[in-house]
Amino acid sequence: MNGKRLEWLIGGLFLGLVLAVAMILIKPIGASTQFVIMDGIIWDAISPIVTETVETKSGYTSDNSYLAKNEGAYAKNVANPTNYAFVFALSIVFGGIISKMTQGPKLTEAEVNAPTVWNNKFGTENRLKRYFVSFIGGMFILFGARVAGGCTSGHMMSGMMQTSLSGYLFAFGVFIIAVPVALIFYSKKGAK
Amino acid sequence: MSATLLAIILGTAFGFAIHRVGASNPSGIINMLRLKDMHLMRVIFFSIAVASTIIFIGMASGFVDSTHMSIKSMNWGVIIGGMIFGLGWGVAGYCPGTAVCALGEGRKDALFFILGALLGSYFFMLGFDFLKDSFLFDSLFGGKVLLADMTPKNATPLISAVPAVATALIVAIVFSAIAYFLPTAKEPEKL
Repeated sequence: MNGKRLEWLIGGLFLGLVLAVAMILIKPIGASTQFVIMDGIIWDAISPIVTETVETKSGYTSDNSYLAKNEGAYAKNVANPTNYAFVFALSIVFGGIISKMTQGPKLTEAEVNAPTVWNNKFGTENRLKRYFVSFIGGMFILFGARVAGGCTSGHMMSGMMQTSLSGYLFAFGVFIIAVPVALIFYSKKGAK
Repeated sequence: MSATLLAIILGTAFGFAIHRVGASNPSGIINMLRLKDMHLMRVIFFSIAVASTIIFIGMASGFVDSTHMSIKSMNWGVIIGGMIFGLGWGVAGYCPGTAVCALGEGRKDALFFILGALLGSYFFMLGFDFLKDSFLFDSLFGGKVLLADMTPKNATPLISAVPAVATALIVAIVFSAIAYFLPTAKEPEKL
């Protein structure tokens, strides 16, 4: 198995176990909210945005209305970065490191800058273009995820596993746009 | 066990699984969206089936706490936000979670993705005052709705003719069948 991705049956079983255990022990998995918490931590370090108060259930509030919503729940997490959900999201990076160091899939030199599907279409010399597209893509993805209230993990995986219809609605919105965009952007017509 | 330690263990396990199934590689996501390699679609469908089976059997037999359920509301934002998400997903090939894993794996484009993502969510935070009273967050199709016959935090069940665990198992069987029949590309690196 060295260097190869797990096949769908074993891989799906493993990922499914992680999803179930997280829900059983704490709550369903989610990732995109933690980008807001990270923004809040950076924002608060530059100019204080989160304050303690007795007027909300969480004991915190913020001048930013998004951090202040739901009785200051996000504001509290910004003020306490060692909260479960934020530490969970940060720890995903350790999983990538450990898997790669053991028997997980390995990167080629070109893949450090851009995935193979990109290199097959645009060549390997355009790494700045790939960085730029990743940056813009990230902007759209997190803005969209916040409008939707979740992402692939929170809406799609955790949502559908609980038979929540919101997961299906989110998946519909995502795929109806992402499929044609990927087909056009990575079409092999005019490829190198 | 402290919540922080649990977060480290579960987050690491999630990242490890993401990496092992190949989800931190944008080629896998992009080739799935190009309908050339359904490997990750199979993984996702099957993982949902496995997780759903465990938690619903667990809740029916009483060893899983059903108050841990968390059903998100449906509104226009879910579908429009999904479409904005799809625009970025189709070109970048990272999700918020897989990008963090990819950073650990040593992918430099994932770092730029994360910086862009932090900026995108910052824009949303700045625009929230303007967006919060718009039609985006008006409840749609009944708001918090789930298929199975349960009412976590006032969510509405859609199918009450059969027990929740039966509905969940039927969905899990359908998802497993989809995972079984979808094709995996033999040489994904050539796509």
